[in-house]
Amino acid sequence: MASEILHEPREVLGEATIDRHRAITSIMEELEAIDWYDQRVAATTDASLAAVLAHNRDEEKEHAAMTLEWLRRHDATFDGHLRTYLFTELPVTEVEAEAMAGGDARDGSGDGSLGIGSLKGIAG
Amino acid sequence: MDHLYRDLAPIAASAWDQIEDEARTRLTTYLAARKLVDFEGPHGWAHSATDLGRTAPVDPPDAGLTARRRRVLPLVELRADFGVSRDEIEDASRGAADMDLSELDDAVKRIAVAENAAIFHGYAAGGIAGITEASSHSPLPLPSDFTTLPTTVARAVNALLGAGIDGPYGLAIGPEGYTTIVESTENGGHLLLDHLRHILGGPLVWAPGVVGAVVLSMRGGDFVLDVGQDLSIGYRQHDAVAVQLYVEESFSFRVVDPDAAIALTAAAAARSRRR
Repeated sequence: MASEILHEPREVLGEATIDRHRAITSIMEELEAIDWYDQRVAATTDASLAAVLAHNRDEEKEHAAMTLEWLRRHDATFDGHLRTYLFTELPVTEVEAEAMAGGDARDGSGDGSLGIGSLKGIAG
Repeated sequence: MDHLYRDLAPIAASAWDQIEDEARTRLTTYLAARKLVDFEGPHGWAHSATDLGRTAPVDPPDAGLTARRRRVLPLVELRADFGVSRDEIEDASRGAADMDLSELDDAVKRIAVAENAAIFHGYAAGGIAGITEASSHSPLPLPSDFTTLPTTVARAVNALLGAGIDGPYGLAIGPEGYTTIVESTENGGHLLLDHLRHILGGPLVWAPGVVGAVVLSMRGGDFVLDVGQDLSIGYRQHDAVAVQLYVEESFSFRVVDPDAAIALTAAAAARSRRR
């Protein structure tokens, strides 16, 4: 159960933090499954088994993408970074610099949002 | 370029960083309602209304037809203007890390308090019914002696439980009441704050804009803040002396379950004795 690996007492975390924990844990599990399937596809010499395993692996990719999208919608900072880096063409290490381009007249990050979003779970 | 026109502002990157950090820090402190209610979005500036899933009958265009019109909750745009001295912006580009952002501080406080007040007490002109307005429970009076506040809060929690509303529960209270709670101890020296948190099972939130106090469930699904554009800083104009900016957001708010909150009215509230 995911709550067994909480690193802080459950009662101080708040529902929003625990839901994000659930999502992050799910993404970790999906990515791990993709990795395992990937290795088995590469290792097996039975073509029909490889096809089944590859199908299953790619299903996990859909699950990971869906959960990542949920996390993006509930974590404004994550949202900002994903908007900066995903679906770009430049070398990844150059994307941030490009996003900052414009030097002294840059327009800040992304859509100008301060990225505050939900504060549920943050103590008053 | 988007509608915020930040590209047109003569503001160096280092000054933008200070402006945004200052706004973010202050807003996180002031925005009390977001610490207690559900947040949906941000859906973007183009998002104009919240779907309610309901309709209202209207006269059909023909006798052989029936007609219904979808009901939606329009988003409200709030904007607070402020100025920043160009001398301050230039000093930030020289490395000054202590820009005078007093007008920004006032602006973010205004908009955050307005958001809190709209969510907790409503904003009729914007079509928002607040939590205390929508509550199905009769308000409970805040005690004149805050050392008896745990009894009042326990009664509030009991009323919510009686209505089948699960916890954890949170308490939003205005700054004066919050200060009184933090400074108070009960007989035996126990901190009033700790006792209240134990009863609630959730946070006690410093909430500027709240009159009296509100106990509400945080189980989720009962109170929804639907945000189009989350709080953002935009550019209006500048001259040789100052740059005029604004902080802006668009949102709607709806109470899904009126049973899930109860107001504590401030009429009888007074300062408790402090030890």
